[in-house]
Amino acid sequence: MTNNVTPLVELRDISISFGGIKAVDHVSVDLRPGEVVGLLGHNGAGKSTLIKCLSGAYKADSGEIWINGQKAEINNPRDARSYNIETIYQTLALADNLDAASNLFLGREIVGAGGFLNEAAMEAETRKIMGRLNPNFRKFNVPVSALSGGQRQSVAIARAVYFNAKILIMDEPTAALGPHETQMVAELIQELKKQGLGIFLIEHDIHAVMELCDRAVVMKNGQRVGTVNVNEVTDDDILGMIIMGKKPPQAY
Amino acid sequence: MTSSSNSSNGTDATLSPVARFLKATEIDTRLLGMVGALLLIWLGFHMFGVMFKGGGAFLTPRNLWNLSVQTASIGIMATGMVLVIVTRHIDLSVGSVLGFCAMVMGILQARILPDMLGLGSPMIWVVTALAGMVVGMLIGAFHGWLIAYRGIPSFIVTLGGLLVWRGAAFLLARGETISPLDSTFSLLGGGPYGSVGAVGSWIVALLACAAILWMIFSGRKSRATHGFAQRPMWAEYFLSVLGCGLVLGATLLVNSYPWPKGIVKQYAEANGLEVPAEGLFIAHGWAIPVLILIGVGVVMTVLSTRTRFGRYVFAIGGNPDAAELSGINTRWMTVKIFALMGFLTGLSSVVASARLNSATNALGTLDELYVIAAAVIGGTSLAGGVGTIYGAIIGALVMQSLQTGMVLIGFDAALQNIVVGTVLVLAVYLDIIYRKRTK
Repeated sequence: MTNNVTPLVELRDISISFGGIKAVDHVSVDLRPGEVVGLLGHNGAGKSTLIKCLSGAYKADSGEIWINGQKAEINNPRDARSYNIETIYQTLALADNLDAASNLFLGREIVGAGGFLNEAAMEAETRKIMGRLNPNFRKFNVPVSALSGGQRQSVAIARAVYFNAKILIMDEPTAALGPHETQMVAELIQELKKQGLGIFLIEHDIHAVMELCDRAVVMKNGQRVGTVNVNEVTDDDILGMIIMGKKPPQAY
Repeated sequence: MTSSSNSSNGTDATLSPVARFLKATEIDTRLLGMVGALLLIWLGFHMFGVMFKGGGAFLTPRNLWNLSVQTASIGIMATGMVLVIVTRHIDLSVGSVLGFCAMVMGILQARILPDMLGLGSPMIWVVTALAGMVVGMLIGAFHGWLIAYRGIPSFIVTLGGLLVWRGAAFLLARGETISPLDSTFSLLGGGPYGSVGAVGSWIVALLACAAILWMIFSGRKSRATHGFAQRPMWAEYFLSVLGCGLVLGATLLVNSYPWPKGIVKQYAEANGLEVPAEGLFIAHGWAIPVLILIGVGVVMTVLSTRTRFGRYVFAIGGNPDAAELSGINTRWMTVKIFALMGFLTGLSSVVASARLNSATNALGTLDELYVIAAAVIGGTSLAGGVGTIYGAIIGALVMQSLQTGMVLIGFDAALQNIVVGTVLVLAVYLDIIYRKRTK
């Protein structure tokens, strides 16, 4: 990792608290183009909360967000999207009663003459991208509530990838998936990385982190324990950071 | 959303003829069920009359025409209620808001505008109707703002509204009834003069048929552009014939209901016509409030299925958090939805007060319950995310059919309420069973 590249994202000194509890306590993280940064920690360590400040779901109490070396104002999910930040939420954030195309284009529908939805064009585009991501996907005209966990996941991923994301946030993207689909997500992450996207990956599975991530940031009780280059440490070093908050010498 | 066009074609041979037919024509089986239930109710009341009252009075041009007019007011509001309920809200205030709008319009057209524009000015009804709809819209927007930006549950806001606006309607004219209304305005409520007549009705019917054929044609073309599976040709022809047949049949029906003798005489005298001995047949044709309802139904269907606004309504209903995270301004959407509901209530108030040719502060009492019942019978789920405009209109028609039918066969009011209430619960139960089985 060269340190002189302008980071894609810098979260500087972010704090946010809910009802007196500091969910995120002065945390700084950065992400460079073509890099996968893992965010690790126990449940309630503040990973998701931190990342929601970037995706616009929460507004930080203090701290700054810098994107491509410029200070960014992110007050809501629309602002985040305008910076090409896409998020795949743990809950997938799909409208269960709508079909795949409607979900993929939700909030960014293709409209034709007179402002009417161009359903056919959206379905055609959905078929195109799903053909690339999950060639077995056939259920284009049923509500996503009728899809399996993996299929729903691929809709959520397609939505994030389709709109030329520069920064991708994935909150436990493989939590609900079987081994085959998990592999599919891993391959996709590698491919997106090659295309120069920066990816924040929230993940519980240490092995996935060791395989996919370049760096890992460990959080505990809302604070950053430390950041490590994944190829310089062992599983046990990272586990020690997560469980005991013990910072190995390689960490910074 | 989009109808099923992709499912594998290889399984067709294994389906029963009925299933294959439904699949090819892509007719919604829920719609079919509702229409079936409606026909059953109609036939039931008619046969009851034939058997016990010495002649069925239900399936007559006169009754069906009246039924269509009586459905208009509730039907117009039910289309808006669908969107409110789909987004997991409720509006209990529509009946009172209707009464309030009616009083505002009554005072405006009977006491204020004649002084300003001159008695009988043709602008009176336009200004009055617009004012009623704007007042309704503002009240709705205010409710929406309280719900979305102040976080008060819609149940509470509109329950308060139910009391507030009924009281306000009373205070406007200290409980007086304002009657008669402007003569042009009252045409909006139907009646012999408030109908478009035989020729007008055929023009409406031909336009509707042209629209149906155009929809089928352009739908086919758009599928071809993107290479999606087409319906078989025979299914397209069937749908065209069915759609146009229904329109022409209904037009024939409303054109076979003649003006009453007294009105004919009055009209003949006014226009210097000779009334022959066997009487003059002047058809009602489509009533203006029914045309308003149909227009509202078409516009609301387009709005809810073909525009971003409609897409967002259903997305919010399906998963409010996902909608918010997708960048939809859900609060502003809530205000818009309630404003639309208020606007439709204002429009409905025009129809209801015009039909009565008077404004009373009690107008629209209990309407909120009929409107909600119509939407729910029409398949709108109180859990949110599911509902159709045509369903709500059919639901309104079911409610009105029950009421009219029971009046015709002489059930007393207490029994009527028991039946309507039972049907409401039963309809929702059947819908739940249907959804479970088709899942």
